[in-house]
Amino acid sequence: MCLAVPGKVITISGDIATVDMLGNITTADISLIEEVRVGDYVMVHVGFAIQKYNEEEAKITLDLLKDLAEAVEKDGIR
Amino acid sequence: MAFVNFSDDSTAKLLLDKIALASQSLGQVRLMEVCGTHTMEIGRLGLRSLLPKNIDLISGPGCPVCVTPGSYIDAAADLALSYGARIVTYGDLIRVPGIHTSLEEAKSKGADIDIVTSPLIALDIAKAHAGQQVVFLTVGFETTTPASAKAIMNAANEGLQNLSFFVSHKIVPPALEILIADKQLGLSGFILPGHVSAIIGQTPYQFLADQGLPSAITGFEPLDILAGILLVTDMLRHKKSAIVNAYTRIAKPQGNPLAQELVYRVFRVADALWRGIGKLPQSGLTITDEFGFFDATKRFSMGNIDDSEMPEACSCGDVLKGRIKPVECPLFGTSCTPSNPVGPCMVSSEGSCAAYYKYGA
Repeated sequence: MCLAVPGKVITISGDIATVDMLGNITTADISLIEEVRVGDYVMVHVGFAIQKYNEEEAKITLDLLKDLAEAVEKDGIR
Repeated sequence: MAFVNFSDDSTAKLLLDKIALASQSLGQVRLMEVCGTHTMEIGRLGLRSLLPKNIDLISGPGCPVCVTPGSYIDAAADLALSYGARIVTYGDLIRVPGIHTSLEEAKSKGADIDIVTSPLIALDIAKAHAGQQVVFLTVGFETTTPASAKAIMNAANEGLQNLSFFVSHKIVPPALEILIADKQLGLSGFILPGHVSAIIGQTPYQFLADQGLPSAITGFEPLDILAGILLVTDMLRHKKSAIVNAYTRIAKPQGNPLAQELVYRVFRVADALWRGIGKLPQSGLTITDEFGFFDATKRFSMGNIDDSEMPEACSCGDVLKGRIKPVECPLFGTSCTPSNPVGPCMVSSEGSCAAYYKYGA
Protein backbone atom coordinates (compact mmCIF):
# COMPACT_ATOMS: atom_id res chain seq x y z
CA MET A 1 0.00 0.00 0.00
CA CYS A 2 2.99 2.30 0.23
CA LEU A 3 3.65 1.93 -3.46
CA ALA A 4 4.18 5.23 -5.22
CA VAL A 5 4.65 5.63 -8.95
CA PRO A 6 6.51 8.46 -10.68
CA GLY A 7 4.70 10.59 -13.22
CA LYS A 8 5.30 13.75 -15.26
CA VAL A 9 2.99 16.72 -14.72
CA ILE A 10 1.36 17.71 -18.02
CA THR A 11 -1.27 20.26 -17.00
CA ILE A 12 -2.30 21.89 -13.73
CA SER A 13 -5.72 23.17 -12.77
CA GLY A 14 -6.03 24.25 -9.14
CA ASP A 15 -5.20 21.30 -6.87
CA ILE A 16 -5.42 18.78 -9.68
CA ALA A 17 -2.75 17.92 -12.23
CA THR A 18 -2.87 15.67 -15.26
CA VAL A 19 0.04 13.27 -14.93
CA ASP A 20 1.72 10.99 -17.44
CA MET A 21 2.63 7.80 -15.59
CA LEU A 22 4.70 5.76 -18.02
CA GLY A 23 2.20 6.43 -20.79
CA ASN A 24 -0.94 6.22 -18.63
CA ILE A 25 -2.57 9.61 -18.36
CA THR A 26 -4.25 10.11 -15.01
CA THR A 27 -5.03 12.88 -12.53
CA ALA A 28 -3.34 13.53 -9.21
CA ASP A 29 -4.03 15.95 -6.40
CA ILE A 30 -0.92 18.14 -6.02
CA SER A 31 -1.97 20.15 -2.97
CA LEU A 32 0.37 18.23 -0.64
CA ILE A 33 3.52 19.60 -2.28
CA GLU A 34 4.73 23.11 -2.95
CA GLU A 35 5.62 24.76 -6.23
CA VAL A 36 4.72 22.05 -8.69
CA ARG A 37 5.25 23.09 -12.30
CA VAL A 38 4.35 21.54 -15.62
CA GLY A 39 7.22 19.23 -16.57
CA ASP A 40 8.07 18.26 -12.97
CA TYR A 41 8.17 14.59 -12.01
CA VAL A 42 6.16 13.67 -8.93
CA MET A 43 5.65 10.47 -6.93
CA VAL A 44 1.96 9.56 -6.89
CA HIS A 45 0.35 7.48 -4.13
CA VAL A 46 -3.44 6.82 -3.90
CA GLY A 47 -4.16 9.73 -6.23
CA PHE A 48 -1.89 12.24 -4.49
CA ALA A 49 1.54 13.57 -5.39
CA ILE A 50 3.47 13.04 -2.14
CA GLN A 51 6.84 14.46 -3.24
CA LYS A 52 8.67 15.84 -6.22
CA TYR A 53 11.26 13.58 -7.81
CA ASN A 54 14.65 15.24 -7.53
CA GLU A 55 16.81 14.23 -10.50
CA GLU A 56 19.90 15.99 -9.13
CA GLU A 57 19.65 14.02 -5.90
CA ALA A 58 19.25 10.83 -7.92
CA LYS A 59 22.58 11.49 -9.66
CA ILE A 60 24.26 12.39 -6.37
CA THR A 61 23.01 9.16 -4.74
CA LEU A 62 24.43 7.05 -7.53
CA ASP A 63 27.79 8.85 -7.36
CA LEU A 64 27.87 8.46 -3.57
CA LEU A 65 27.21 4.75 -3.91
CA LYS A 66 30.09 4.36 -6.28
CA ASP A 67 32.31 6.35 -3.88
CA LEU A 68 31.20 4.17 -0.99
CA ALA A 69 31.94 1.04 -3.02
CA GLU A 70 35.44 2.37 -3.66
CA ALA A 71 35.92 3.22 0.00
CA VAL A 72 35.02 -0.32 1.00
CA GLU A 73 37.58 -1.57 -1.50
CA LYS A 74 40.35 0.71 -0.17
CA ASP A 75 39.62 -0.07 3.46
CA GLY A 76 40.24 -3.69 2.73
CA ILE A 77 39.39 -6.29 5.31
CA ARG A 78 40.59 -6.16 8.83
CA MET B 1 11.83 9.21 -19.16
CA ALA B 2 15.12 10.77 -18.14
CA PHE B 3 15.39 8.97 -14.83
CA VAL B 4 18.72 7.86 -13.45
CA ASN B 5 18.78 4.08 -13.77
CA PHE B 6 18.48 2.43 -10.35
CA SER B 7 18.26 -1.11 -11.65
CA ASP B 8 21.50 -1.38 -13.59
CA ASP B 9 22.99 -4.90 -13.38
CA SER B 10 26.68 -4.04 -13.26
CA THR B 11 26.22 -1.53 -10.42
CA ALA B 12 24.05 -4.09 -8.62
CA LYS B 13 26.85 -6.62 -8.90
CA LEU B 14 29.36 -4.07 -7.63
CA LEU B 15 27.16 -3.29 -4.62
CA LEU B 16 26.63 -6.98 -3.87
CA ASP B 17 30.41 -7.50 -3.95
CA LYS B 18 30.89 -4.60 -1.55
CA ILE B 19 28.22 -5.87 0.79
CA ALA B 20 30.08 -9.19 0.88
CA LEU B 21 33.35 -7.38 1.61
CA ALA B 22 31.86 -5.09 4.24
CA SER B 23 30.17 -7.96 6.07
CA GLN B 24 33.16 -10.32 6.13
CA SER B 25 34.39 -9.18 9.54
CA LEU B 26 30.89 -9.22 11.02
CA GLY B 27 29.05 -12.00 12.79
CA GLN B 28 25.42 -12.68 12.05
CA VAL B 29 23.71 -9.51 10.78
CA ARG B 30 19.94 -9.30 11.16
CA LEU B 31 18.35 -6.42 9.26
CA MET B 32 14.64 -5.78 9.36
CA GLU B 33 12.96 -4.43 6.26
CA VAL B 34 9.94 -2.71 7.73
CA CYS B 35 7.91 -2.12 4.58
CA GLY B 36 5.85 -4.76 2.80
CA THR B 37 6.71 -3.20 -0.55
CA HIS B 38 10.38 -3.85 0.26
CA THR B 39 9.56 -7.45 1.23
CA MET B 40 7.89 -8.00 -2.14
CA GLU B 41 10.74 -6.42 -4.08
CA ILE B 42 13.39 -8.36 -2.12
CA GLY B 43 11.47 -11.55 -2.96
CA ARG B 44 11.08 -10.63 -6.61
CA LEU B 45 14.81 -9.96 -6.94
CA GLY B 46 15.71 -13.18 -5.12
CA LEU B 47 17.94 -11.01 -2.97
CA ARG B 48 18.05 -13.29 0.06
CA SER B 49 19.92 -15.92 -1.92
CA LEU B 50 22.35 -13.35 -3.36
CA LEU B 51 23.41 -11.84 -0.04
CA PRO B 52 26.26 -13.24 2.08
CA LYS B 53 25.20 -16.07 4.39
CA ASN B 54 25.68 -13.94 7.50
CA ILE B 55 23.19 -11.28 6.37
CA ASP B 56 19.63 -12.14 7.19
CA LEU B 57 16.71 -9.97 6.09
CA ILE B 58 13.79 -10.12 8.51
CA SER B 59 10.40 -8.89 7.32
CA GLY B 60 8.61 -6.48 9.62
CA PRO B 61 5.13 -5.17 10.36
CA GLY B 62 4.81 -2.88 7.31
CA CYS B 63 1.69 -4.37 5.81
CA PRO B 64 -1.21 -2.04 6.70
CA VAL B 65 -3.89 -4.55 5.81
CA CYS B 66 -2.21 -7.27 7.92
CA VAL B 67 -2.21 -5.14 11.07
CA THR B 68 -5.82 -3.98 10.65
CA PRO B 69 -7.81 -5.72 13.43
CA GLY B 70 -10.17 -8.53 12.51
CA SER B 71 -12.90 -6.84 14.53
CA TYR B 72 -12.48 -3.75 12.30
CA ILE B 73 -13.19 -5.88 9.24
CA ASP B 74 -16.21 -7.46 10.93
CA ALA B 75 -17.49 -3.99 11.90
CA ALA B 76 -17.08 -2.74 8.31
CA ALA B 77 -19.00 -5.75 6.97
CA ASP B 78 -21.69 -5.10 9.57
CA LEU B 79 -22.01 -1.46 8.47
CA ALA B 80 -22.83 -2.70 5.00
CA LEU B 81 -25.13 -5.57 5.99
CA SER B 82 -26.93 -4.13 9.04
CA TYR B 83 -27.01 -0.41 8.19
CA GLY B 84 -27.14 -0.73 4.41
CA ALA B 85 -24.11 1.52 4.15
CA ARG B 86 -22.04 1.53 0.97
CA ILE B 87 -18.46 0.57 1.82
CA VAL B 88 -15.62 2.08 -0.19
CA THR B 89 -12.20 0.46 0.24
CA TYR B 90 -8.78 -0.19 -1.21
CA GLY B 91 -8.77 -3.59 -2.93
CA ASP B 92 -6.23 -5.14 -0.58
CA LEU B 93 -8.70 -5.28 2.29
CA ILE B 94 -11.44 -7.20 0.49
CA ARG B 95 -10.23 -10.77 1.04
CA VAL B 96 -8.69 -10.34 4.48
CA PRO B 97 -10.48 -12.57 6.97
CA GLY B 98 -11.92 -10.74 9.96
CA ILE B 99 -12.96 -12.73 13.01
CA HIS B 100 -16.33 -13.91 11.77
CA THR B 101 -16.47 -12.68 8.18
CA SER B 102 -14.72 -10.78 5.40
CA LEU B 103 -15.76 -7.97 3.08
CA GLU B 104 -15.73 -10.46 0.22
CA GLU B 105 -18.23 -12.61 2.08
CA ALA B 106 -20.37 -9.56 2.87
CA LYS B 107 -20.34 -8.65 -0.81
CA SER B 108 -21.51 -12.15 -1.73
CA LYS B 109 -24.43 -11.58 0.65
CA GLY B 110 -25.40 -8.45 -1.24
CA ALA B 111 -23.43 -5.72 0.54
CA ASP B 112 -22.58 -2.65 -1.53
CA ILE B 113 -18.79 -2.56 -1.63
CA ASP B 114 -16.77 -0.45 -4.05
CA ILE B 115 -13.04 -0.83 -4.60
CA VAL B 116 -11.10 2.37 -5.28
CA THR B 117 -7.51 3.47 -5.74
CA SER B 118 -7.86 6.89 -4.10
CA PRO B 119 -9.89 8.29 -1.19
CA LEU B 120 -11.01 11.14 -3.46
CA ILE B 121 -13.12 8.66 -5.43
CA ALA B 122 -15.13 8.03 -2.25
CA LEU B 123 -16.36 11.63 -2.53
CA ASP B 124 -17.61 11.03 -6.06
CA ILE B 125 -19.32 7.82 -4.95
CA ALA B 126 -21.01 9.66 -2.07
CA LYS B 127 -22.33 12.29 -4.51
CA ALA B 128 -23.60 9.60 -6.88
CA HIS B 129 -25.43 7.81 -4.02
CA ALA B 130 -26.88 10.77 -2.17
CA GLY B 131 -29.62 8.67 -0.55
CA GLN B 132 -27.18 6.18 1.00
CA GLN B 133 -24.59 6.41 3.77
CA VAL B 134 -21.12 5.89 2.28
CA VAL B 135 -18.19 4.81 4.47
CA PHE B 136 -14.57 4.92 3.34
CA LEU B 137 -12.27 2.37 5.03
CA THR B 138 -9.38 4.60 5.95
CA VAL B 139 -6.35 2.36 6.52
CA GLY B 140 -2.65 2.79 5.86
CA PHE B 141 0.61 4.17 7.23
CA GLU B 142 2.09 7.67 7.04
CA THR B 143 2.40 7.52 3.24
CA THR B 144 -1.38 7.29 2.98
CA THR B 145 -2.58 9.51 5.86
CA PRO B 146 -2.15 12.87 4.06
CA ALA B 147 -4.43 11.63 1.26
CA SER B 148 -7.04 10.60 3.83
CA ALA B 149 -6.73 13.96 5.58
CA LYS B 150 -7.25 15.83 2.32
CA ALA B 151 -10.27 13.70 1.42
CA ILE B 152 -11.87 14.43 4.83
CA MET B 153 -11.12 18.12 4.43
CA ASN B 154 -12.65 18.15 0.94
CA ALA B 155 -15.73 16.33 2.26
CA ALA B 156 -16.08 19.03 4.93
CA ASN B 157 -15.61 21.85 2.43
CA GLU B 158 -18.20 20.33 0.10
CA GLY B 159 -20.60 19.69 2.99
CA LEU B 160 -21.05 16.02 2.11
CA GLN B 161 -23.61 14.73 4.60
CA ASN B 162 -23.68 11.06 3.64
CA LEU B 163 -19.93 10.30 3.71
CA SER B 164 -17.91 9.19 6.73
CA PHE B 165 -14.49 7.67 7.35
CA PHE B 166 -13.79 4.53 9.39
CA VAL B 167 -10.21 5.19 10.45
CA SER B 168 -7.59 2.58 11.30
CA HIS B 169 -4.44 4.53 10.41
CA LYS B 170 -1.16 3.43 11.98
CA ILE B 171 2.12 5.20 12.69
CA VAL B 172 5.32 3.24 12.02
CA PRO B 173 7.97 4.46 14.56
CA PRO B 174 6.02 3.44 17.75
CA ALA B 175 5.74 -0.11 16.36
CA LEU B 176 9.51 -0.21 15.79
CA GLU B 177 10.02 0.93 19.36
CA ILE B 178 8.09 -2.12 20.58
CA LEU B 179 9.92 -4.48 18.22
CA ILE B 180 13.40 -3.42 19.31
CA ALA B 181 12.46 -4.04 22.93
CA ASP B 182 12.13 -7.72 21.95
CA LYS B 183 15.72 -8.78 22.53
CA GLN B 184 14.91 -12.25 21.21
CA LEU B 185 14.85 -10.71 17.72
CA GLY B 186 18.50 -9.68 18.00
CA LEU B 187 18.15 -7.04 15.30
CA SER B 188 21.30 -5.31 14.00
CA GLY B 189 19.65 -2.49 12.06
CA PHE B 190 16.77 -1.40 9.86
CA ILE B 191 15.97 -0.88 6.20
CA LEU B 192 13.50 1.98 6.66
CA PRO B 193 10.47 2.62 4.43
CA GLY B 194 11.19 5.24 1.77
CA HIS B 195 7.69 6.53 1.17
CA VAL B 196 6.70 6.71 4.84
CA SER B 197 9.91 8.71 5.22
CA ALA B 198 8.94 10.98 2.30
CA ILE B 199 6.20 12.23 4.62
CA ILE B 200 7.73 12.05 8.13
CA GLY B 201 11.41 12.67 7.31
CA GLN B 202 14.39 11.38 9.23
CA THR B 203 14.03 12.62 12.83
CA PRO B 204 11.29 10.23 14.05
CA TYR B 205 13.73 7.31 13.66
CA GLN B 206 16.55 8.82 15.71
CA PHE B 207 15.76 6.56 18.70
CA LEU B 208 16.91 3.58 16.61
CA ALA B 209 20.37 5.08 16.11
CA ASP B 210 20.49 6.13 19.77
CA GLN B 211 19.92 2.52 20.77
CA GLY B 212 22.74 1.26 18.58
CA LEU B 213 20.70 0.26 15.55
CA PRO B 214 22.12 1.83 12.37
CA SER B 215 19.39 2.29 9.79
CA ALA B 216 18.94 3.52 6.23
CA ILE B 217 15.94 5.23 4.64
CA THR B 218 15.67 3.16 1.50
CA GLY B 219 13.95 3.42 -1.88
CA PHE B 220 12.37 0.61 -3.84
CA GLU B 221 14.50 0.10 -6.96
CA PRO B 222 17.02 -2.77 -6.90
CA LEU B 223 20.01 -0.46 -6.39
CA ASP B 224 18.17 1.44 -3.67
CA ILE B 225 17.67 -1.72 -1.64
CA LEU B 226 21.26 -2.85 -2.13
CA ALA B 227 22.43 0.64 -1.16
CA GLY B 228 20.37 0.51 2.04
CA ILE B 229 21.89 -2.86 2.96
CA LEU B 230 25.43 -1.71 2.11
CA LEU B 231 25.12 1.52 4.11
CA VAL B 232 23.84 -0.27 7.22
CA THR B 233 26.44 -3.04 6.89
CA ASP B 234 29.18 -0.44 6.50
CA MET B 235 28.01 1.37 9.64
CA LEU B 236 27.99 -1.93 11.55
CA ARG B 237 31.52 -2.62 10.37
CA HIS B 238 32.69 0.79 11.60
CA LYS B 239 30.64 0.46 14.81
CA LYS B 240 28.70 3.60 13.88
CA SER B 241 25.05 4.08 14.55
CA ALA B 242 23.14 6.72 12.60
CA ILE B 243 20.07 7.19 10.47
CA VAL B 244 21.26 7.65 6.89
CA ASN B 245 19.14 8.60 3.93
CA ALA B 246 19.73 6.55 0.77
CA TYR B 247 16.57 7.89 -0.89
CA THR B 248 17.20 11.64 -0.99
CA ARG B 249 15.64 11.98 -4.44
CA ILE B 250 12.24 11.48 -2.77
CA ALA B 251 12.64 11.55 1.03
CA LYS B 252 13.83 14.91 2.33
CA PRO B 253 15.36 15.10 5.82
CA GLN B 254 12.37 17.08 7.10
CA GLY B 255 9.85 14.96 5.15
CA ASN B 256 6.84 16.77 3.74
CA PRO B 257 5.85 19.54 6.20
CA LEU B 258 2.76 20.54 4.22
CA ALA B 259 1.43 16.98 4.38
CA GLN B 260 2.28 16.68 8.09
CA GLU B 261 0.44 19.91 8.87
CA LEU B 262 -2.66 18.72 7.03
CA VAL B 263 -2.58 15.32 8.79
CA TYR B 264 -2.50 16.95 12.23
CA ARG B 265 -5.35 19.33 11.42
CA VAL B 266 -7.64 16.41 10.66
CA PHE B 267 -6.23 13.67 12.91
CA ARG B 268 -4.72 13.36 16.35
CA VAL B 269 -2.43 10.64 17.66
CA ALA B 270 -4.09 7.91 19.71
CA ASP B 271 -3.39 4.42 21.00
CA ALA B 272 -4.01 1.82 18.32
CA LEU B 273 -4.63 -1.87 18.01
CA TRP B 274 -2.22 -3.72 15.70
CA ARG B 275 -3.51 -7.11 14.67
CA GLY B 276 -1.18 -9.86 15.83
CA ILE B 277 0.90 -7.39 17.85
CA GLY B 278 -1.53 -5.81 20.30
CA LYS B 279 -2.42 -2.36 21.56
CA LEU B 280 0.49 0.03 21.09
CA PRO B 281 0.46 3.44 22.78
CA GLN B 282 0.34 6.51 20.54
CA SER B 283 0.68 4.43 17.39
CA GLY B 284 -2.41 5.38 15.43
CA LEU B 285 -4.62 8.26 14.36
CA THR B 286 -8.16 9.27 15.14
CA ILE B 287 -10.25 12.11 13.66
CA THR B 288 -10.15 15.37 15.65
CA ASP B 289 -13.30 16.86 17.15
CA GLU B 290 -13.29 19.59 14.48
CA PHE B 291 -13.90 16.92 11.82
CA GLY B 292 -15.80 14.55 14.14
CA PHE B 293 -18.89 14.73 11.92
CA PHE B 294 -17.01 12.55 9.43
CA ASP B 295 -15.95 9.90 11.96
CA ALA B 296 -17.86 6.70 11.15
CA THR B 297 -17.41 5.41 14.71
CA LYS B 298 -19.43 8.40 15.94
CA ARG B 299 -22.02 8.31 13.18
CA PHE B 300 -22.92 4.65 13.67
CA SER B 301 -23.19 2.81 16.95
CA MET B 302 -20.45 0.32 16.34
CA GLY B 303 -19.10 -2.48 18.47
CA ASN B 304 -15.70 -2.11 20.09
CA ILE B 305 -12.69 -2.68 17.90
CA ASP B 306 -10.84 -4.50 20.65
CA ASP B 307 -9.82 -7.87 19.24
CA SER B 308 -6.35 -8.04 17.73
CA GLU B 309 -6.22 -11.82 17.41
CA MET B 310 -5.19 -13.55 14.22
CA PRO B 311 -7.30 -16.40 12.86
CA GLU B 312 -6.82 -19.64 14.80
CA ALA B 313 -3.51 -21.47 14.20
CA CYS B 314 -2.28 -18.57 12.01
CA SER B 315 1.25 -17.34 12.84
CA CYS B 316 0.87 -13.99 11.05
CA GLY B 317 1.45 -12.15 14.36
CA ASP B 318 4.87 -13.73 14.87
CA VAL B 319 5.68 -13.09 11.19
CA LEU B 320 4.80 -9.38 11.57
CA LYS B 321 6.99 -9.16 14.68
CA GLY B 322 9.89 -10.80 12.84
CA ARG B 323 9.94 -13.70 15.30
CA ILE B 324 9.53 -16.33 12.63
CA LYS B 325 9.84 -16.48 8.87
CA PRO B 326 6.71 -17.37 6.90
CA VAL B 327 8.09 -20.82 6.01
CA GLU B 328 8.31 -21.68 9.72
CA CYS B 329 4.52 -21.53 10.04
CA PRO B 330 3.09 -25.07 9.86
CA LEU B 331 0.24 -23.83 7.65
CA PHE B 332 2.51 -22.13 5.11
CA GLY B 333 1.99 -23.48 1.60
CA THR B 334 -0.14 -26.38 2.82
CA SER B 335 -3.44 -25.29 4.32
CA CYS B 336 -2.59 -21.60 3.76
CA THR B 337 -1.92 -20.36 0.22
CA PRO B 338 -2.78 -17.12 -1.63
CA SER B 339 -5.80 -18.78 -3.25
CA ASN B 340 -6.98 -20.15 0.09
CA PRO B 341 -5.44 -17.86 2.73
CA VAL B 342 -5.89 -18.41 6.46
CA GLY B 343 -4.43 -15.10 7.64
CA PRO B 344 -3.81 -11.58 6.34
CA CYS B 345 -0.06 -12.07 5.72
CA MET B 346 -0.97 -14.53 2.94
CA VAL B 347 -3.73 -12.30 1.52
CA SER B 348 -2.21 -8.90 1.12
CA SER B 349 -0.07 -8.01 -1.86
CA GLU B 350 2.38 -6.73 0.76
CA GLY B 351 2.10 -9.63 3.17
CA SER B 352 5.34 -11.45 3.98
CA CYS B 353 3.74 -14.88 3.56
CA ALA B 354 2.38 -13.90 0.13
CA ALA B 355 5.86 -12.66 -0.86
CA TYR B 356 7.59 -15.85 0.30
CA TYR B 357 4.96 -18.01 -1.41
CA LYS B 358 5.15 -16.10 -4.68
CA TYR B 359 8.91 -15.87 -4.94
CA GLY B 360 10.11 -18.79 -2.83
CA ALA B 361 11.97 -18.61 0.45
